[in-house]
Amino acid sequence: MLTIKNLHVTVDGKKILKGLNLDVHAGEVHAIMGPNGSGKSTLANVLAGRDGYEVTEGSITYKNKNLVEMAPEVRACEGIFLAFQYPVEIPGVNNIYMLKAAMNAIRAWRGEPPLDAVEFLNLVKDKVKLVKLKEELLNRSVNEGFSGGEKKRNEIFQMAVLEPALAILDETDSGLDIDALKIVADGVNSLRHHDRAIIIITHYQRLLNFIVPDQVHVLSDGKIIKSGHRELALQLEEKGYEWVKQEAAAA
Amino acid sequence: MSTTAINHYVDKFQHLQKELENDPLQQQRLSAIEGLQKTGFPTTRQENWKYTDVRPIAGKTYVDSNRIPEKFTAELLDSLRLHELDCHELVFINGRYSAEHSRLQALPDGVVIQDLASALNNHQQLIAEYISDFTTAEDNGFTALNTAFIRDGAFIWLPANAVIEKPINLLYLSGLNDQPFASHPRNLIILSENSQATIIESYIGLDEESDYFTNTISEVCLQENAQLQHYKIQQENMKSYHIGNLRIAQAANSRIESHSISLGALLARNDIHSRLEGEGAEIMLNGLYMAIGRQHVDNHTRVDHLKPHTRSHEIYRGVLNDHARGVFNGKVIVHKDAQKTDAVQSNANLLLSDNAEVDTKPELEIYADDVKCAHGATVGQLDQDMLFYLRSRSIDENTAKSLLTYAFADEVIRQIRLDPIRKRLEYLVIGRLPEADLIREFAA
Repeated sequence: MLTIKNLHVTVDGKKILKGLNLDVHAGEVHAIMGPNGSGKSTLANVLAGRDGYEVTEGSITYKNKNLVEMAPEVRACEGIFLAFQYPVEIPGVNNIYMLKAAMNAIRAWRGEPPLDAVEFLNLVKDKVKLVKLKEELLNRSVNEGFSGGEKKRNEIFQMAVLEPALAILDETDSGLDIDALKIVADGVNSLRHHDRAIIIITHYQRLLNFIVPDQVHVLSDGKIIKSGHRELALQLEEKGYEWVKQEAAAA
Repeated sequence: MSTTAINHYVDKFQHLQKELENDPLQQQRLSAIEGLQKTGFPTTRQENWKYTDVRPIAGKTYVDSNRIPEKFTAELLDSLRLHELDCHELVFINGRYSAEHSRLQALPDGVVIQDLASALNNHQQLIAEYISDFTTAEDNGFTALNTAFIRDGAFIWLPANAVIEKPINLLYLSGLNDQPFASHPRNLIILSENSQATIIESYIGLDEESDYFTNTISEVCLQENAQLQHYKIQQENMKSYHIGNLRIAQAANSRIESHSISLGALLARNDIHSRLEGEGAEIMLNGLYMAIGRQHVDNHTRVDHLKPHTRSHEIYRGVLNDHARGVFNGKVIVHKDAQKTDAVQSNANLLLSDNAEVDTKPELEIYADDVKCAHGATVGQLDQDMLFYLRSRSIDENTAKSLLTYAFADEVIRQIRLDPIRKRLEYLVIGRLPEADLIREFAA
């Protein structure tokens, strides 16, 4: 589904990603871990298409298409969803209308008719339970006045409604207490599907106790320096990142 | 200096003098025309007009308008009426009152809603008592010009305790004329003690081609505990010039909500000046200006806090696109007796193009020591994080930009309590954005 080859990315003239390789197939959950400043969030942003992230070398292929040249909204229509690390508040733009516009833009892209208001509201009522988000929040402006936990749950809620093919969770666990973490994890687990891939970007392995990944990658200084399975995350928690870096340097 | 134009007006004034018999406003007219000859029209050397060059108006000799243009039809008027609004309506076509098209419903005892020309016959004394000659230092050639040529407008008088439930709509329609013409509407609004009213001034262009100049003044007098909701909706055509002045005097515990929405005209200048002359008087100033192409829109507001416990709360927002230019100047003066004044002012501007420009200047002058005042001004572009968030949710760039622009403007529009007016404004504002149909769903 997603193939990243030798990816180099520059932000504000600074090299952040320096030859990253990654292969993600449908049905898989990948965790990307790494110390602060290793390039984790850059990877998330470059996949979603944020301005200012310049690909200087390498390629990203998604569903056999060149992702780098797609506008962010086209990526979203093609099934990419980024759950933001810091979801922005948008005063004056209604949460539920935004989601409906998003939904119908995706449907239009696929040549499907728009959902009518009743169908859409039924879908929303169904999904909102999944993340235990208070329904009254839905009719507010996007993320306005939401607590940190509510913002993160709103991201997962949107993901549940939009049903992306490739979901990228950028430090969704940061700032969540254990109850909220479980709710988010349950939401994500319910979306695991053989047609869908999920990339979880995280600093800590805590979330991986609840969402068990198929592969774990260590990102350091702009490259993936080690890949493994669930156990790798536990080792990292126990021993930190230093030994992986040394191992990589020795190799 | 535009002496040709001024001579033109002086000449016209002499003709007018011959036409008017027993004119109750002769004194005001005479001092006004003298004032105009003395000061001329404002220039950019004057601080209050620094960013607004009125030479396109001052250099032109406008004629008077015809009574009703031939091309004007009942159907056209019908298409411009706000049918959802159940109101008393005075219709003015090219500055002249049209009794035929106006409609007044039953009114409480003693309330007067009349065209000014009739009122000058029926209520001479009241008018002479309240109407101003606009000869103070801050006045200018335009207020003088209006005063010299007072002819038509609205006269609204509420006796003590009168409450008019239905809004009063003053519909000023201009256009469908071959020659450049000017009108000088003059509205006089007096609310006695404890009375309440809602008044809308709408200025609408009848076509997109006519070259005209609207030079309007509204004087508002609020006696103790009177309450007024005032709307000014400026939708002149894009070739016209609009200079408008709203002057308010407020007695103790009176309250005005002023909503000013400026969308049209090639050059528009909106002045609002309120004097809070009694304890507990309060004004809310809510404003939105949007400009595209080469439009120039200038908003000047001034509030004088003269007595203790007076409050002013002002929010103005501007959206400037293309080569448009905006000006905001908001002055709040807290005089030395005005302890416990509470004044808040903010002006935010959104620039949608690299060539759009805005000059904003909030001014606070405080001569009392126990007051609560805050002010701020911002100029910025659309927030890139918000834009990316929406796009990452599959909303295309144009729609996302329009949505955010609308959300910005809606901060002002949502303050409007009169539903049909708020909905009409939402419709108009959205209509000026790309992907309007998609955005309408959001406002629903």
